[in-house]
Amino acid sequence: MRVIFILSIVCASFLMACQSNLRPETLPILGNKDVGPNGDTIYHTIPDFSFIDQDSQVVNNASFAGKAYVADFFFIACPTICPKTSKQMLRIHDHFKDNPNLLLLAHSVAPKYDTVAALNRYARNLGVESKKWHFVTGDQAKIYEIAGSYFSIAQEDPTAPGGFDHSGRLILVDKNRHVRSFCDGTDPEDVDRFMLDIQTLLNEK
Amino acid sequence: MRNKIIVLCFAIGVFCFSCETQTYEHGKLLYTNFCENCHMADGTGLKGLIPPLAGADFLKNSPEAVPCIIRAGYKGKMTVNGKEYDTEMAGIERLTEFEITNIINYIHTSWGNNLPIVQHPDVREQLKACEKNTKPF
Ligand code: HEC
Repeated sequence: MRVIFILSIVCASFLMACQSNLRPETLPILGNKDVGPNGDTIYHTIPDFSFIDQDSQVVNNASFAGKAYVADFFFIACPTICPKTSKQMLRIHDHFKDNPNLLLLAHSVAPKYDTVAALNRYARNLGVESKKWHFVTGDQAKIYEIAGSYFSIAQEDPTAPGGFDHSGRLILVDKNRHVRSFCDGTDPEDVDRFMLDIQTLLNEK
Repeated sequence: MRNKIIVLCFAIGVFCFSCETQTYEHGKLLYTNFCENCHMADGTGLKGLIPPLAGADFLKNSPEAVPCIIRAGYKGKMTVNGKEYDTEMAGIERLTEFEITNIINYIHTSWGNNLPIVQHPDVREQLKACEKNTKPF
């Protein structure tokens, strides 16, 4: 009897040790680092932005104050990977629906076609609301520029299917505008791992 | 003699069987390349934007319309399993009659779908009707 008791404690601690080995308690801050004037580290930071969402609201850095968010780049008429990445974004949305500290931000890389009205319809058909998930349009050059800060690509390319090229990457940004994790939004297993990263970030103090 | 016949029957059986799975393998490959981005690997589509193919009543109710949708696409409202969809699907013109037949048979036998196998001559007729733009639905 005693033996079983001890054995189960050993097993339990072993399992716990395994788990903490697999899942770091904090996520790294990604991107280039600089050294500031006082010798402190300056991390890669998402710059200021201002776009318009599906409910005609201005969406800027202040919209995410104190919150983490997942960003991606897509366009409505996209015949290739977008429906897949949108489906994975929807999974993340549904999983963290009741956690007010996580929002979603989808940028259109074809803003001249993806008007506020078109984005509104798209969001409604996905069954989501702007208070959780912003779909933004705006100045095309500004959107393409900020894609670089998210380590993503976005460009107009007549030879690409649908006329626009972009990566299907999902990017996790923390409340200090630092990029903390990313994944391939077309690969459900990579998104599984990404969702654990999101939880890790949300657990950080 | 009897043994030989049994062996022959067995061989033919295996041959036919492998032929059939081959067809769906081909359909599956085509599905992955041409349909999966939108209708998803598990045929579930995307919420209110893209209708499912898994368990879709549309396949049962309007089978004659499917080859045409694959080749010529579809614009306008359609109802699948009681839900209305209104996103344009672009046609995939480069698929041949055979390829379309194989894709449909893959869909008809996947994700719990248990729909009749379609034959190439029927698909050909349905595609002809489609060209004349006399949509059967
Ligand atoms: C670019 C995205 C896209 C691709 C690629 C695509 N479809 Fe569709 N499909 C749609 C949409 C959107 C609709 C609904 C059209 C509407 O709402 O008017 C649809 C409707 C259908 C329907 C009728 C409704 C249903 O769910 O039964 C069938 C059948 C279908 N597609 C089969 C295919 C097949 C087979 C392929 C590959 C050869 C394919 N589609 C490729 C987006 C796509």
